[in-house]
Amino acid sequence: MSDTKSILLVGVGGQGTILASRVLTKGLVAAGYDVKMSEIHGMSQRGGSVSTQIRFGEKVYSPIIGRGTADAIVAFEQMEALRYTDFLKTDGMMVINDYKQPSLPIMIGDAEYPDGIIDELSSKVKTVVFDAADVANNLGNLKVQNIVLLGALIKVMGLDNLDWEAIISREVPAKFKDMNIEAYHKGLELAS
Amino acid sequence: MKELLTGNEAVARGAYEYGITIAAAYPGTPSTEILENIAPYDEIYAEWSPNEKVALEVALGAAFAGARSLAAMKHVGLNVAADPMFTSAYTGVNGAFIIMTADDPGMHSSQDEQDNRYYAKFAKIPMLEPSDSQECKEFVGEAVRISEEFDTPVILRLTTRISHSKSLVELGERESVPMKSYKRNAPKYVTIPGNSKVLRVKLEDRLKKLKEYSEKSPLNRIEWGDKKIGIVTSSVSYQYAREVMGDSASYLKLGMTYPLPDELIKEFASQVEEVYVVEELEPYLEEHLKALGIKCHGKDLIPIVGELNPEIVAKGLLGKEPETIKVSIKPAARPPLMCPGCPHRGVFFVLSNKDAVVTGDIGCYTLGSQEPLSAMDTTICMGASVSNGHGFQKAFEKNGINKKVFSVIGDSTFFHSGMTGLLDIAYNKGNSTLIILDNRITAMTGQQENPGTGYTLKGEPTFQADLAKICNAMGIEKVREVNSLDLEQVEAAIDEAMNTTDPMVIIAKAPCALLKREKQPEGKSRIDVDICLQCGLCLQLGCPAIYRDENDNIIIDEYQCNGCTLCQQVCEFDAIETIM
Ligand SMILES: Cc1ncc(C[n+]2csc(CCOP(=O)(O)OP(=O)(O)O)c2C)c(N)n1
Repeated sequence: MSDTKSILLVGVGGQGTILASRVLTKGLVAAGYDVKMSEIHGMSQRGGSVSTQIRFGEKVYSPIIGRGTADAIVAFEQMEALRYTDFLKTDGMMVINDYKQPSLPIMIGDAEYPDGIIDELSSKVKTVVFDAADVANNLGNLKVQNIVLLGALIKVMGLDNLDWEAIISREVPAKFKDMNIEAYHKGLELAS
Repeated sequence: MKELLTGNEAVARGAYEYGITIAAAYPGTPSTEILENIAPYDEIYAEWSPNEKVALEVALGAAFAGARSLAAMKHVGLNVAADPMFTSAYTGVNGAFIIMTADDPGMHSSQDEQDNRYYAKFAKIPMLEPSDSQECKEFVGEAVRISEEFDTPVILRLTTRISHSKSLVELGERESVPMKSYKRNAPKYVTIPGNSKVLRVKLEDRLKKLKEYSEKSPLNRIEWGDKKIGIVTSSVSYQYAREVMGDSASYLKLGMTYPLPDELIKEFASQVEEVYVVEELEPYLEEHLKALGIKCHGKDLIPIVGELNPEIVAKGLLGKEPETIKVSIKPAARPPLMCPGCPHRGVFFVLSNKDAVVTGDIGCYTLGSQEPLSAMDTTICMGASVSNGHGFQKAFEKNGINKKVFSVIGDSTFFHSGMTGLLDIAYNKGNSTLIILDNRITAMTGQQENPGTGYTLKGEPTFQADLAKICNAMGIEKVREVNSLDLEQVEAAIDEAMNTTDPMVIIAKAPCALLKREKQPEGKSRIDVDICLQCGLCLQLGCPAIYRDENDNIIIDEYQCNGCTLCQQVCEFDAIETIM
């Protein structure tokens, strides 16, 4: 359906894309959208490449998308951004965490971590790139990097009119509430 | 109230709302979270059974007793449970009995891609296939009704995308139903041939009635759109077809896919110009339409292999290829790995240096087959390591080949179906060595309890099965217990096995690195760059925390390291130390 929007969150198993997608879907449901979300569990989680797909609109049918149809991709890791680029619409947006995690073939010397990913992607699509770990550390806790990335996604998707502060407050432990809200605003700013 | 639930969570909610009181399962992706989400309901007794056959038999026994029950498993689990399932079609039930199977098209985490819809037809058991989470919940209710009205087990088939996708579900109240009374009824429940011959005839009769039900059931419905194209579909394929074709086609959406509603299918086909069958995996529906004499497209356009998605359906139906962004650089592969600190790693590291055949099994440790450890010869199905190894050993022995055989199995898999193989080794005088990787949990599927962990699914403390005693009782005298994280101990036991002509078991024990309740190693390993000669031996462990940085120095990522010290133990230059 043409009014349905699709978002992909990609990263490496264990990077914690889960909280970000939970906050996002809760917010979209609260805003009255029909929402579907799909993620892959199991073998692929043991440090493998992971992806979560989120779709929302008036009425959503398929829980997953094919190539060339994502409105936005948030990549928690550079090489994963590259892996999923062909899922993006040609006029889609990419939020990329400036972070590299070598995979096993790279670690044992069978492959190399590709050079120049950010430059290549930025020359082909609209990108927002920052080091989320850095931003999060400056806010006081590495763990809030998800929410920084989420904030940037919300901005590029034009969803910042929804009450994300309320949703974040409900989804994170009370003592980290303020830091997460700050992280969200930082993300918005970085994508502005 | 509406909530965003996965298909598995919705089935669990359905079990609660439709009065189920007994649920049993063995974990298996993508079905595992069904029981995990049933467990918190006090109204339902829920257990992890040692395997799927046991789970199905427990649920069937409860249904005979008069309770509403459910057994859940992944697609290959139903192979294990097939024996009682087939006969349950003969006996029928008393209280409702639902068999949940979750197939894995695309093999996201499975060893095969079998299409369990054929089981329904094969075993003559009605089957329902939900297409989203709301239907997952409602179809549990439908299955309960059909089961009790027609006196039959009912199969509820999910797939990975149904199980693991979230969509909105309207929550309802629990229907409290008193348990049905039970009376001994041997002609119904005792399947000696004399009784089964009668039940066999009844079964055919029941199927006729179920077919009539399928014809008028709202589970099977037509959605009219443009009549040039008529799409027959079910499960998540319905969503893909709707996504791609919208109102430019008409749909026959089948929620009950066994028995199929022949008259409804014929009527639909007669009103559209061309019929397309959109289904994942095998041509199950297509074959049926063709047998009815309906001309249709199906697997000529939609692949038989792998998981579908809207792109594949669009290509099949419309010949449409998506426009994508082309980049000139390629990512390296990112295969799954054993976690940093995984206690399986050291055992495979030692095995990788031995001249031996290693028959493997299914669990996290199957990753021992991957580079750089590459220490596994076979993996077939749960439990097969033990009996495959026995077969290898007997074949070598009979043909005068002198080669040692090891079988490697996890604790949960040993309880599941490895024990019978071990009994075979003892009974038939084999001399292979079984290594039980006892990481104190069922790790692969996300940390489920098993008979060796000391806890039940509901988190209650319980008896702990003693692996060594079990092996002794089965007739294996040489049983060695070692700490998996102590390479010297592991090496010594494996060397003993290399040199023995007796059957032997090595229990390699250390908790899964992700298991929080057990004591885990403390500190982190750090490489002293001044001592390190960059020989790369530690890299051969395949630990995600150890890698070469941009300057070609080997370093340990402190954030990922779990302090297992295996890298320190393999380093020949004492270049790695623990820091606190
Ligand atoms: C018949 C069957 N049931 C379930 C599964 C799913 N499954 C694969 S491995 C595994 C558990 C492995 O646990 P364990 O043997 O303890 O090894 P670990 O993963 O902890 O290393 C399960 C449940 C399967 N592949 N086949």
